[in-house]
Amino acid sequence: MKKIIYSSAVMLCSLVLLVSCGEENSKNRGALSSGAAEKVYVAPGEYDEFYAFISGGFSGQLSVYGLPSGRLFKVIPVFSQDAEKAWGYNEETKPMLQTSHGFIPWDDSHHPDISQTNGELDGRYVFINGNNTPRIAKIDLSVFETTEIIEIPNCAGNHSSAFVTENTEYVVAGTRFSVPIPQADISIKDYKGNFKGSLSFISVDPEDGGMDLSFQILMPGFDYDLAHPGRGASHGWMFFSTYNSEEASTLLEVNASQNDKDFIAAVNWKKAEEYIKAGKFTTMPANYAHNVYDESTHTATSTMKKEVRVLDASSLPGLVYLLPTPKSPHGCDVDPTGEYIVGNGKLSADLTVHSFKKMIDAIENEKFDGEAYGIPILKFEDVLAGTVKQAGLGPLHTEFDGEGNGYTTFFISSEVVKWKVGSWEVVDRQPCYYSVGHLMIPGGNSRKPFGKYVVAMNKITKDRYLPTGPEVTQSAQLYDISGEKMELLLDFPTIGEPHYAAGIPADLVRERSRKIFNLTENKHKYATTTDADVKVVRNGKEVHVYMTMIRSHFNPDNIEGIKVGDKVYFHVTNLEQDYDVPHGVSMIGANTSELLIMPGQTETFVWEPKQVGVWPFYCTDFCSALHQEMQGYVRVSPASSDLELSWSLGD
Amino acid sequence: MKYSRILMSFAALLPLLLFVFPLWSITLEAPQYPTPLGMDIYINDFADKNPHDIKNINLMNHYVGMKYIPEAIPEFKIFPAGIIITSVLGLALAFLANHKWFLYWGILMVLLSAAGLYDFYLWEHDYGHNLDPKAIMKFTNPDGSAMGFQPPLFGTKKILNFVAHSYPQLGAFSLGVGIVLSFIAYWKGRKELKLTAA
Repeated sequence: MKKIIYSSAVMLCSLVLLVSCGEENSKNRGALSSGAAEKVYVAPGEYDEFYAFISGGFSGQLSVYGLPSGRLFKVIPVFSQDAEKAWGYNEETKPMLQTSHGFIPWDDSHHPDISQTNGELDGRYVFINGNNTPRIAKIDLSVFETTEIIEIPNCAGNHSSAFVTENTEYVVAGTRFSVPIPQADISIKDYKGNFKGSLSFISVDPEDGGMDLSFQILMPGFDYDLAHPGRGASHGWMFFSTYNSEEASTLLEVNASQNDKDFIAAVNWKKAEEYIKAGKFTTMPANYAHNVYDESTHTATSTMKKEVRVLDASSLPGLVYLLPTPKSPHGCDVDPTGEYIVGNGKLSADLTVHSFKKMIDAIENEKFDGEAYGIPILKFEDVLAGTVKQAGLGPLHTEFDGEGNGYTTFFISSEVVKWKVGSWEVVDRQPCYYSVGHLMIPGGNSRKPFGKYVVAMNKITKDRYLPTGPEVTQSAQLYDISGEKMELLLDFPTIGEPHYAAGIPADLVRERSRKIFNLTENKHKYATTTDADVKVVRNGKEVHVYMTMIRSHFNPDNIEGIKVGDKVYFHVTNLEQDYDVPHGVSMIGANTSELLIMPGQTETFVWEPKQVGVWPFYCTDFCSALHQEMQGYVRVSPASSDLELSWSLGD
Repeated sequence: MKYSRILMSFAALLPLLLFVFPLWSITLEAPQYPTPLGMDIYINDFADKNPHDIKNINLMNHYVGMKYIPEAIPEFKIFPAGIIITSVLGLALAFLANHKWFLYWGILMVLLSAAGLYDFYLWEHDYGHNLDPKAIMKFTNPDGSAMGFQPPLFGTKKILNFVAHSYPQLGAFSLGVGIVLSFIAYWKGRKELKLTAA
């Protein structure tokens, strides 16, 4: 009791001290005096208000954070192998990383986007693009796992992706690096006029979320950088920013920066649907992988698709219009009403904002200012809604708070700038540490943003954290934007380079998160759902072990009759049906990762024993008080041995 | 129809709710189980409170050598038969018999319920004390005797890291109210008799 009184007294004193200090020098005490710590503090056992899905950049993955705490919950493997979760290592998920180029263990994941219904976040799926070997992945938010990956043919550097339309009708993909379409053995010097871009529309089944490459639009050989969908009145349009309208093929940093204006390509995808219906497409031969993970079989399958429907923007009127936009625009962002399209001209000090109404008016009155490869170019002055003047240097991305404000990142001047939609005046600016790329407001690219926080994702951190050798942490910063002025609350490290993020109120996701997989619904080809079905089966040199695991043993735990040169498949089913009781398994000398198996799930690893002896395997996830006892042995005999297979558990 | 006979009819019918609602419930709380594990005991079944609870109780209990909670026990046949027979009997009495029989029926039900509770206690005792000699973990009481893990018959008890609650449920209350009603019916019947006599 004395202790309590004493510590309360100390607390009280320090509080008084704090408050009085705050009053005197609130300016140099920064975050402490303004209560930033309190604003990001989530007490033990309590929940964050938002989920933030932050791209892993060159890690190829997607990380899940809580806001405002900045705590990391999970790294969801998407395009890169993950030995921790056996992603891309076990037999079930290897097909997820299949492409037309074979098995690829890595990609560069950039832009997550959450599925929408009526222009609002619905919390069912997150889509994210693979930039290097063009792909789009779908993460199912009931399991927080990647359940589908589709490769994009006729595409290179899938950067303007993976953004969804207002009702998740489509996810888009676009070529950053134009290429010969179809691919051909031609000189790179012949780029101009011969290289093409493609904009792909991947339909999403409203019932089961299944993705299908519905059609591609063939475009001039520009670089298609980013995209965002129209909403409200502009629903049915998708806007893509472009650079390198010079069509340079070497020293792009100079040669692609010569034109005063590049374009935002406005694509009327409803028109595209009409053209598809009317049969105005050509069917091009293609070869691309479609990989689907089935939750009931706990197994992925990879199918090669052989065709794609292509619409040629040059010959189909009304499909695409080009909006001149200054200085190699990067981000292409649409405000919550759908009226304003922001072009973030990255070599400029200004922000260009186009008006959808004006665009439609200009189209209807055919106020064109020439054309590029048959695609009408609208007059800059006719579509311009306004300019945010001298807002900063190097604008990259803009999000909105739903209160009539835009927030734009400026890479070169390293700051977030808040400005008013409509009057285009700058309201506030806050520095970023350092060189901010993307920013994210939960729902900031939907009809209904949740404008409480903005997360800035920085490209450089330098001295912000304890050094970790030449390679230092990547980082994000959280700002409170509920007031007139923005306030920096928190720095937090991220996985890989965070390019973009998508945030959503936790309530829209949490309740749907699964706890276990029901054993009775396990349709895995090699599932063993009762101890009675445990067996070991030889088929020539292939041996299949039908194994179960439950606290705290494997069944069987001893196996004899395996021979050098065998290929042993361990099909292991976790019989647990309790929340948060995964088991792991690994075998000495197995040339693969461990398995980490959730309750009710079956996974498979392959072991090819090369040496005679008795070799142990064990549970790798501390599962229970008897975890250390959760182990077993396999006896490996010489290839010439005629020892029969036998297996056991207990005496 | 006389008021006492209507009351007695209800008294006889109420125990039938045991076929709808659980008789008893045992709940186990532990830090690792923010949602407690629970088992509802019906007169003809053991049921999970939340999916897979019994499986998970068994998994916990196997560490200290307790037997698995059986899929079925003989009581699941005897109890329902007992309830149906006594209900039919009660109804017959309500229509045909002298009010004194209402009292006898009530006493019979009290005795049968007591027997049922005793049976439940015996099962619990066996379940908590008849442990596998090869149990993974063996605990002893301060006096050196082997620790038992019997859940309480009625009430709350701490067993190692678990807090066990054992309380009657709606089915048991229906039975109880039925018995009380039979006594009231008897008392009413007596008053009605006096009135007609006077």
